[in-house]
Amino acid sequence: MTYVKAVNAALAGAMRADPRVVVMGEDVAEGGPYTATAGLAEEFGRQRVIDTPISEATVCGVAIGAAQSGLRPVLEIMYIDFVALALDQLVNQAAKAHFMSGGQLRVPLVLRTQGGAGHRSGAQHSQSLESWLVHTPGLKVVMPARAVDAAGLLASAIADPNPVVVIEHKALYFRREDVPDPVEAVPLGVARTARNGRDVTIVAFSRLVYEALEAAEQLASEGIDAEVIDARTLVPFDLEAVLGSVSRTGRLVVAHEAVRQGGFGAEIASAVHEAAFDLLRAPVQRVGARFTPVPFSGPLEDAYVPGRAEICAAVRATLVS
Amino acid sequence: MTSRATRPHRLAAKDITLSRWRHGFKSRWGCQQNRGCADPADRGATNAVLGSTWACLRGADWAVSNPERASGPGATGEAVTALELLGIMWRIRFFEEEVPRLQRAGLARGLLHLSVGQEGVAAGTCAMLRRDDLLYTGHRGHGHAIAKGVPLRGLFAELMGRLDGVCRGLGGSMHIVDVEHGLMGATGVVGGNIPLAVGSAMTARLGAREQLTVVLFGDGAVQTGYFHESVNLAALWRLPLVFVCENNGFAEFTPRSAHTTVERVCDVVAPYGLARQTVDGSDVIAVREAFGVLAAAARGGEGPALLECLTYRLRGHYEGDAQKYRAAISQAEWRDRDPIARLRRRGVSEGWFTDEAAAVAEGAAKEAVDEAARLARESTAPPLELMERLVYAQLEPA
Ligand SMILES: Cc1ncc(C[n+]2csc(CCOP(=O)(O)OP(=O)(O)O)c2C)c(N)n1
Ligand SMILES: [Mg+2]
Repeated sequence: MTYVKAVNAALAGAMRADPRVVVMGEDVAEGGPYTATAGLAEEFGRQRVIDTPISEATVCGVAIGAAQSGLRPVLEIMYIDFVALALDQLVNQAAKAHFMSGGQLRVPLVLRTQGGAGHRSGAQHSQSLESWLVHTPGLKVVMPARAVDAAGLLASAIADPNPVVVIEHKALYFRREDVPDPVEAVPLGVARTARNGRDVTIVAFSRLVYEALEAAEQLASEGIDAEVIDARTLVPFDLEAVLGSVSRTGRLVVAHEAVRQGGFGAEIASAVHEAAFDLLRAPVQRVGARFTPVPFSGPLEDAYVPGRAEICAAVRATLVS
Repeated sequence: MTSRATRPHRLAAKDITLSRWRHGFKSRWGCQQNRGCADPADRGATNAVLGSTWACLRGADWAVSNPERASGPGATGEAVTALELLGIMWRIRFFEEEVPRLQRAGLARGLLHLSVGQEGVAAGTCAMLRRDDLLYTGHRGHGHAIAKGVPLRGLFAELMGRLDGVCRGLGGSMHIVDVEHGLMGATGVVGGNIPLAVGSAMTARLGAREQLTVVLFGDGAVQTGYFHESVNLAALWRLPLVFVCENNGFAEFTPRSAHTTVERVCDVVAPYGLARQTVDGSDVIAVREAFGVLAAAARGGEGPALLECLTYRLRGHYEGDAQKYRAAISQAEWRDRDPIARLRRRGVSEGWFTDEAAAVAEGAAKEAVDEAARLARESTAPPLELMERLVYAQLEPA
């Protein structure tokens, strides 16, 4: 089944299991631009599959209010770029309600969105903005690479009593993979070893997991044995898994599609430096996009999006020292 | 509240005394409200008021399992007497007058927005709600909380950042929440509470509950996108929601005329077809009547409504505001705008209560506030580890 079909199956499964789960967003009753919510309105009715006007800021607040009062809304923000409109509610209300109320309120909200470049969609429909979210205590942030995780992490996110942002990747939506039916929940905060290796650890998430795996294949032909860890969840982050791997390899590369400056890779690198400096045989290398908006022109966008070549170069840099 | 010498205002269908309101409800957290529970997160199972949602959806009779829920101040929406309204306004007034004293003593810190002069809106709306009706307020919300039944001691302690505060000292004056009493949120981001209320009303609507949601905000919040987007959604979905705007003519130091060409907030929503009314917010009886009509209609499924209350903020925007931007009000004008003095004059002249009964209500309110402030001072600061523990809610045991 495809990644987007797995998301769809997880939504349908959660809605079947729990009448509190409602899906909201623009065009969701029509399935949305990527068919993530296709068929839900037919099965569950428009009372639970709620089309909203183009009012992201308010609709995010509506979903939070609904979550505080007993529903389990799954809000779709069509492109992560538009999360900018919803950030006030997400950061100032959802993330803090439990804390500020001394534990009285809960916000079991899932905000589903998708990001990423590569589709010639221009600078306002291609960004990777997870860094804005991981900096806010109270939010959880998930970035699945595989269909099985897109479904399983979404199931866990819906069951979680906190606001969880699930960031899918538009370039992964139509990848095919085996996914168990019914969907099996994947716990939040647990990384996955995507490839075992001895020489270097590559931590990636979302689309870059595939780039890391391809890089590892190429490096293998050069005699370099790379371990690839799919972080899956950024908050809470499974630092243990990374440290465990680094304790064997002594070398670390962190890779993401987002702009390198201020990116989550910097957080991982610095956490590893703090916790395990003596395990490292070389400085941690970061792979991320250059500090520009995403360009439209094909050759420029292709050059902009970080991938296998950049990961290979970063791995080689860790082996020089 | 003690004896009621005369029959109160005609709207009083059923007597619910303030003492019952204050003391009659046992906490459902299994520990005395705001006293140290073993695990603060336990308090939060987003509690009874909300736990009911899905019992309702599944058709269980929520009122049977929670007999107290159906009553409370204004359980019928008409049950608060004129004398009780006077007592509520006195409680708010005395509370707000105590706050600057606590501030001067260094006990209450931070941004403190008081509602002296605006008590008629709080009493005429919030006190008319059922206990399980949901309320959202903003940065000037002490009075709304008091009128909804939030305990005074927990409020004072919250302003002082103490463990016995309604939010265990983690919220503060602008973030008062008391789920037990249906106070679901207060916001320091102007306008940010309005969409939340739409969401609560959506929950009630989906659960086919008779629950009403009310959101209070100032005239400044009307210029936010949230207000317009929320009115559109509430009207589109015909939600059981009443928007209550306290139009005191100012946003911080700036008059309404500097922010918009639309003078009356009611006119702003005209195209959406909301039921709407502008009333004199200093006339608590007028507020109560207008609110009662709009609330009953919204509760009955006729869609959302807007109540605009023209009101007067006696003190500065916040404590410490030198108010250089406006002239001081004259004694004569204040006599006319003060909602408490007005109700007292009118209640006595209409024979709703005697002057003695009014004096007793005033005394009782003063006593309750003084006692609450005294008890709040006894509370301690929250333990440091509380802040780590409350960042994320834990999964409830199945
Ligand atoms: C989004 C946002 N912008 C600015 C402020 C600063 N601020 C606090 S209260 C206030 C004025 C609000 O006016 P109004 O809504 O009329 O309420 P009032 O203070 O009159 O009760 C402003 C500008 C804020 N808290 N939030
Ligand atoms: Mg104002």
